[in-house]
Order: sequence, then structure tokens, then C-alpha cells
Amino acid sequence: MPDGGIGASSKRREDVRFLTGKGNYTDDINIHGQAYVHFLRSDVAHGRIRRLDTAEAEKMPGVLRIFTAADFEGVGGIPCGWQVTDRHGNPMQEPKHPVLAEGKVRYVGEMIAGVVAETPAQARDAAEAIVVDIEELPAVIDMKEAVKDGAPKVHDELESNLCYDWGFVEENREAVDEAIRNAHHVTTLELVNNRLVANPMEPRVAIGVYDRASDEHTLYTTSQNPHVIRLLMGAFVLGIPEHKLRVISPDVGGGFGSKIFHYAEEAFCTFAAKAVGRPVKWTCSRSEAFISDAQGRDHVTKIELALDEEGHFLAIRTDTYANMGAYLSTFAPSVPTWLHGTLMAGNYKTPLIYVNVKAVFTNTVPVDAYRGAGRPEASFQLERVIDKAAREMGIDPVELRRRNFITEFPYATPVAVEYDTGDYNATMDKLLEMADVAGFEKRLEESRKRGKLRGLGINCYIEACGIAPSSLVGQLGARAGLYESATVRVNATGGLVIMTGSHSHGQGHETAFPQVVADMIGIDPSMVEVVHGDTANTPMGMGTYGSRSLAVGGSAIVRATEKIIAKAKKIAAHLLEASEADIELKDGQFTVAGTDKSVAWGDVTLAAYVPHNYPLEDLEPGLEETAFYDPSNFTYPAGAYACEVEVDPDTGKVEIVSFCAADDFGNVVNPMIVDGQVHGGLGQGIGQALLEHAVYDENGQLLTGSFMDYAMPRASDVPFYKVDHSCQTPCTHNPLGVKGCGEAGAIGSPPAVVNAVVDALQRAGHDVTHIDMPLTPSRVWAAMQQG
Amino acid sequence: MYNFEIERPGTIEEAVAALAAEEAQALGGGQTLIPTLKARLAAPAKLVSLSGIAELKGLRREGDRLVIGSGTTHAEVAREAAEAYPALAALAGGIGDPAVRNRGTIGGSLANNDPSACYPAAVLASGATVITSTREIAADDFFQGMFTTALDDGEIITSVSFPVPQAASYQKFEQPASRFALVGVFVAKFADGVRVAVTGASEDGVFRWSEAEAALSEDFSADAISGLSVSPEGMIGDLHGTPEYRAHLVKVLTGRAVAAA
Repeated sequence: MPDGGIGASSKRREDVRFLTGKGNYTDDINIHGQAYVHFLRSDVAHGRIRRLDTAEAEKMPGVLRIFTAADFEGVGGIPCGWQVTDRHGNPMQEPKHPVLAEGKVRYVGEMIAGVVAETPAQARDAAEAIVVDIEELPAVIDMKEAVKDGAPKVHDELESNLCYDWGFVEENREAVDEAIRNAHHVTTLELVNNRLVANPMEPRVAIGVYDRASDEHTLYTTSQNPHVIRLLMGAFVLGIPEHKLRVISPDVGGGFGSKIFHYAEEAFCTFAAKAVGRPVKWTCSRSEAFISDAQGRDHVTKIELALDEEGHFLAIRTDTYANMGAYLSTFAPSVPTWLHGTLMAGNYKTPLIYVNVKAVFTNTVPVDAYRGAGRPEASFQLERVIDKAAREMGIDPVELRRRNFITEFPYATPVAVEYDTGDYNATMDKLLEMADVAGFEKRLEESRKRGKLRGLGINCYIEACGIAPSSLVGQLGARAGLYESATVRVNATGGLVIMTGSHSHGQGHETAFPQVVADMIGIDPSMVEVVHGDTANTPMGMGTYGSRSLAVGGSAIVRATEKIIAKAKKIAAHLLEASEADIELKDGQFTVAGTDKSVAWGDVTLAAYVPHNYPLEDLEPGLEETAFYDPSNFTYPAGAYACEVEVDPDTGKVEIVSFCAADDFGNVVNPMIVDGQVHGGLGQGIGQALLEHAVYDENGQLLTGSFMDYAMPRASDVPFYKVDHSCQTPCTHNPLGVKGCGEAGAIGSPPAVVNAVVDALQRAGHDVTHIDMPLTPSRVWAAMQQG
Repeated sequence: MYNFEIERPGTIEEAVAALAAEEAQALGGGQTLIPTLKARLAAPAKLVSLSGIAELKGLRREGDRLVIGSGTTHAEVAREAAEAYPALAALAGGIGDPAVRNRGTIGGSLANNDPSACYPAAVLASGATVITSTREIAADDFFQGMFTTALDDGEIITSVSFPVPQAASYQKFEQPASRFALVGVFVAKFADGVRVAVTGASEDGVFRWSEAEAALSEDFSADAISGLSVSPEGMIGDLHGTPEYRAHLVKVLTGRAVAAA
């Protein structure tokens, strides 16, 4: 293996430019002649637009043009990429999502008009001068109120605010009810999975450019998946064929899901650039991001777990209300259904499971995937109810989990997925050692002496990622395939370029992907470069989310590289005058097996492009191959997490004193990057558990519309993590044997934190079985007062 | 931000003259005002920057008092008051983050009188005197409710004169998002009695907890207030804490301040 191949903790090459301020983010791009757009956004959650008068505003200095819904007649709505079928076999209710509000506004932040002007300040001044008269209607905020008869309707043309009523597995419904009725013990838990704002460090930006000479559009945008944006916007909104539309997502400063989706601002800038005849740029402010980026989670759930005398799980029934917000964002319907219900088995043998999800429209910002997307919601309720059951039945929480672990693989769950491999006892064993669980009592005593309540929370998680088999997701309602692509181009002097459909916005692809290719060929990774984020010079790909880049995108790179090697061997065989079957590639040398005859990688690549001595009659010159990889299954990373907290009994403040994560990601390409991915996920999971909460008042105003009230985790809120991924059961169906690692930390950590705090309070004699996230000091204190 | 004129006077007199203009607004370190302008929540026609006025800057001892120029930054107070008035220096060193501390000033904080700001607690608990371009105002008269002070239009705080207590401590419980004081309590013990000032908690802004002052003046120990309680009536209730929680924290933090003083 060369230095820096698979398994090496190579430093991230992209960090040099990021850390020295040389990144090329969308807002760094300025096109000659560009104008700026400022959007007039609704400041009421629900209302009828009685009058919209732009006449005075149009006369303001610098204004080029003001667009309203009338300008978008004939333009499509923002499409939804997933159609869920309800438990009665009917398609979900799918309202139109216009680029600019048509007749009604449905959330605070919805775009009513776009002002294009010479400068950002002029655009903003003119937007304030637009006369808009909105008749306020009662807002629908609470999901359970929203689905009651007679509730005000977010969309007048729909039957109700219920997007869908999904049952899974519907055929199991009665059997589950029966098992719960007859069980020895049933543990019930009602909980809220709090609504979150992703808040990537870089807010969204879009620049639309139109070239009159070629009739070509270019959109620069902060996207996790430029090809998906090209397809959705081109085909469904603006009617621009792909060969006339280029989408470029250069360096992107974090996404966490919120930059997967096609947003109206992208369509607006592309459309307006042609209409105005100038490039049109929009840069989102942080305040604007709070009311326009799709938000995450927001489930209200009741879960019941039925157990027998020995604590074996018999059945699970869950009822969830899932907030969609005012419109269906790109993948919103899939999150509470196929990304959530399918994970309800967790790491356990539960024969009967029934999941009901009611997706509800409300007058709030659309809700969609956020790091983990559906899987944290499943993991949280399952691992919390198991903890509660263990306490109720007097069984040690770890022992109860072990008693129910799946131990034989492949394992087909009753919720439609098949785990290929795993070893949950191994990660649990590792965790107990890392977290020094044996020494907990001593630490508890020490905390007591200092007047602090100490608690330990342990849980498992499993997730399905590396999304996804296209034929399967097609059956489940996806309106896209979920393969990934790669072109590997070898240059004459031996260097390579990987053109990938994956997109890096923090994941370190520019480092990890070359490690894979360099390892396969036996060359230095510095000979391999990665190109991504531009539809003009990468093959059609589906982008980066769902922890899929290495498992799916990396597999495409492996397949393309295999084709390269196969062709290179043919060339080498010709040069060595040997049989192709006898050629071996090792450390960048092609050798005739059993001899000392060899040619170097560079000799072969040169021959491919200078084919003087070359089998031209049998083989094309050149060395460039493309592969599309469609996974045959998800990957199933799993692990066990332990959180230790100290609670201040006087104030309710929670301090996380230790957090350990034992993950099984299968094979690992760059352990340092994996550590970083887990750290980031844990930070966001702890943020959700202790700090973050998007809160609307009853009128639909976002009360947490800035960092003054929306609490983001900071360095001082998290401990030095202990993470381990030495337990490795390689994925059985992708060529690298890898599983996704990007979301695991955010999926597994919230229940560990809550389990730990509940443990601390119970050990101190409080009768507290659950506290809803975020576990703010105020909430924890209030819980202590009540019991 | 809307367009505005800016003036940068070099003396207090010039500043006062500049502030006489219609819709003029004094600008200190800008840690509240600039974000407000950026959000277009204020539209002064003219900003009068006080940061170029040398006589507003710095700390000095005057007898047994510590006098701090109104244009002195939190970072300077944290550094330079550490010996003379450690509790005050610690308070200044805990405001915001380094960027805020290196721009924000004591005068700006007091003139704004944010109900969750730290400095009002120190000034009120110390019984300090706020010295302005026209007069001297006792702390007890200066703070007049949320974002309201005794300052007249165009009146500039020039310095704050602190009597230095025998013992003091400021205990802040941070609001999780903003890191302003969800509740902050400053306890100052003088030869003639103890003063306790509370910020962050009340709908009327910073206030003195007189029952605790009386008890602690008799017996300066955390036990002295164990029998007291604070009424949640009039306390702020919001996402980050109920009135009951804030009232509870007032007592907890007062006890901690006494123990730490």
C-alpha cells in the first residue's frame, strides 16, 4: 500500500484553502454586470393578499424590475421529489408550491415579491416601498389542532391539513394491537422530537446567469446536489432542458440536509436573469435563513413497547404527528415515513411493529431532512422507551437491550429492511470498556460530594444510509433514482482526475476519494484530483446526503477505476508482450506474473495517449472510464453510545462530563475524517438534546429567529469525545465494505443525553420518567419541582 | 442598515453639540446599536461616535473610589480593574465574547440599560455614581426600567464612579442562546451594609433585593437568606425560563455570590 491509501488518517487537503480563507464559496463569485435581488417576505403566517402595488417601488433608485406571482404565470411550482401513499392506498395531498406567493401567504418568510436592483441596499429599500395589504387569517400552528374538523386550512384547495395518514406495516396493524393487549408489560411514552434549524455556517446564495448568444442558463448555488437542482428546476419549474442549464455548487460551507432541496430563490434568480438581461445574485442573511431554510424534525409521538416476563420485546406501536410546514419541501414526505418507520426495529428482534404517521400542513416554514432525517426520530423514541421499560421492569437497561439484540445476519426486520451485517454485542462491549461503566458508582459518589447529581445514559442505534437502491425507493414513492456516478480520467503522464456526482460540503471527499483510487493502483494520492459540484464537468449524479458519498459515490469510483485498471492491463500486456491474464498490478507497476518483467503505471498511461506501440486494432486509445453504481441495499452502521452528565440540583443545568461512541462503520478509508464526522454529529445531537429549539407562537411568528434565542451548541457545551470504530463488520454488498458515518452521531446521541439526565434525577429520588428536548436548565428544574 | 451621517467629535463638548441635531444618536462601542441598524430596526439620521474622545477612556483611582471612563471597553475593565475591584473586573470579563468585550463600553451598556445586561447590576449594587455631561446621577435614580434611564436627550455618560466594597461577587446564570444574564446577581458588602442588585429577572429591569440586603447586612453568609423567597410576580417569563424559575435563581445566585465574595 502506498502512503496515504485506504486506512490512512491523511490530513484533509482541502483544509489548506479553507483555513487560509481561500475557499471559493458562492458568495465569493461575482459576475460582471450582476444585479441583486431582495425578497419581500410575508411577516404574517397566514393571510390573503388583498393588494400588492409595486408602482412606487419601481420608481426607486436603481430598481431594474420587480417580480410578483403574476410574472410567474406559466412557470411550474417547486416540485416535491417523493410521493407517499397513505394507508388507504391514496396518494398524499400535494399542494402547489409557487415560486412567489399566489393570492395567499402561508408562513412568515414566504416570498411575495422579488426586487432586482443595481445594489443590495437599493433592492432592499424598494422592497420596503412595496405596498402590500394582507387580510390576516387564523394561523394553524399546532399539529393536533390542525387536523381537527373545522380547523382553518393552510391550502384552501385541499380537503384538510392532513397531507397523509401512513400506516406501516398496515397488514400488521391488528396483530400489533392484539400483542399489546395481551402482553405481560407495556411501556408507553409520549414525547416531542423538537423542531430544529440547521444553521450551516454558510447561508444560502444563488446567482442566475443567462447567455443570450448560446441561450444557456447557469445557476451558481449552495447545493449539496447540483444535478438534482438542475433536473428539478429545469424540468419541473422553468422548462429548461439540461443541455441548456448548468448548475455549479463550488465550495459549500455545510449543509446538514438543508441544502439538498430545490428552493424558490434558485428558480427566481435563474428566471430573473433572463428576464432582466443581467446576472441576478441573492445572498441570504442569517435572519432570512431562519425563516426560509427548510427546518428539521418536529414530531409528536406516542410509542408503546410490549414485553414478556423476561423482557423480550413482543411488539411496538407508534403514533406520530409530523410537521410538513406550509408546503412540501423536496424530500419532506419521505422523512417521517420511509426514513423513519423502516428503522423502528432498531438493533432488536421485535416480531411485530406498526407505525402510524400523520403528516400535517401548518403555517410554518417547510420541514425536511436534517442530519439523520427520520432515523434520529426512530432511534430517539425507541431508545427512550426501552430505557423506561427497563426501569419499570427492574432490568438493567444494557441487559434488556442485549436480551433483544439481533445476533444473526442477514436479518430481515418486520419493517421491510434487511440488515446485511452487524455485531451489536461487540460495540456494546467496547462502549462499556471505553466509558468505564464499572467505575460509575465511584464517580457518582464523587459528584454527590460536590452537590451534583450524576447520571449515565446508554443506548444503541442503527440507521439505514448509503441511500439508496433505486428500484426499491421507486416503489416507495421516490421520483428519482439514487445511484451515484464517477468518471475517472487518467492523463498521459499518469495523474488522475475523479469527476464525481457526489458533492463535498465538509465531508473531505477531496482527500478520501483519492485515497481509494491511489490504493487500488498503488500510486501516491497526490496524483489524484477530485472535481465535483459542476454539472458541466461531472457525470449526472445524485449528490451528497443520507451518508451516501463513500458507500455509493465511492463505489462508483471503485467501479470506474476497475475499468481503468482492466484496460491498463491490456495495454501493459501489449507492451510486455505477455498475456493479459498474466498481468499483475502492484505499487504502480504492471508485472508479468512470476517474472521480473514490468512496466510502470506512467509508461502505460503514456502509451494510452501516445499510441505508437499500441494494439489499436483491438483497443481504443485513451484512458477514461465512467461508472454508475446503484446499491443493492442500504448500509446499516450501528453502535452504542454512553453519555455521563452532572446536573446542578439548584439550577437544573446539565453538564455533559463524558461522551463515548462505539460505532461500526465497516471498513474505514480515513479514520481521522470519520472521527471528525462523528464529532460533528455528536455536537448536533447534543445541540438538539440540550439547546436547540425552533419555537413558533400561536400566530406563527418564529420566536427563535436569531442566535439571541436559538441556542447553538458551542465548544464549551460539549466534552472531549471518546470515539471508536474498531468494531468493523464490513458491508457485504458494496466493493469497499464501507457504511455511512456522517449522520450516526446525530442519530445516536440525543437518547443518550436524555437517558443520562433522567438517570441522574431518578438516582436523586425524583419521580421523573421523561423530559422533552431541549433539556434546558429551566425544563430540568421544573421537572425536579414536580416529582 | 439605512443611510446615515456620522460625526466623530474629539471632545465631550463637540459631542454634546453634535447630539443636539435632530434624530442624532450617540454611538459607543456599537455592540447593540450596530446590529439594530443592520436589522433596520432603527433609523437615526446622524450617528455621533464617542470612540474618538480621549477623555472618556480609561480607569483611575480617586481616593477610595474607582472611576471608569464611559468609553472604556469591557476588556480594559477586565484587565485593569482586576486589582482595584476584582468582582467588577470578573463581570466585565464575562460579558459576551472577545469581540464584544473589545468593542463594547461601560457607558454604552449603561445608557442602553438592557434588562439582561451585566453592568447595571454592578453599578446598582455598588451604589455607584453615573457622571454625565451635565450632572451626577446616583445609581438608585439612574435605572428606570427596561431600556429606560434618567438620561435626557443629548446627555452623555462621561464616567462611572464606583465606591469599592470590602467584598463583592457577581454570579451570572447565562441564557443558553444569547449568553446574556438569564439572571445575574451582584452582591457588594460595604462597611455600612450590603447591597444586592439583580439583572435579567424583572420586567422592570435591574432591581435591588432589599430583604436580602437587610438579612445580609446582619449576617453576611449564604445561610442568612435561606428563609427568604422571591416572588415570581413581575419576573420575566419567556422561552428560557418561567417567572418562577427566575425567582428561584435570584435566591440561588445571591447565595452563591455571598459564598464567593
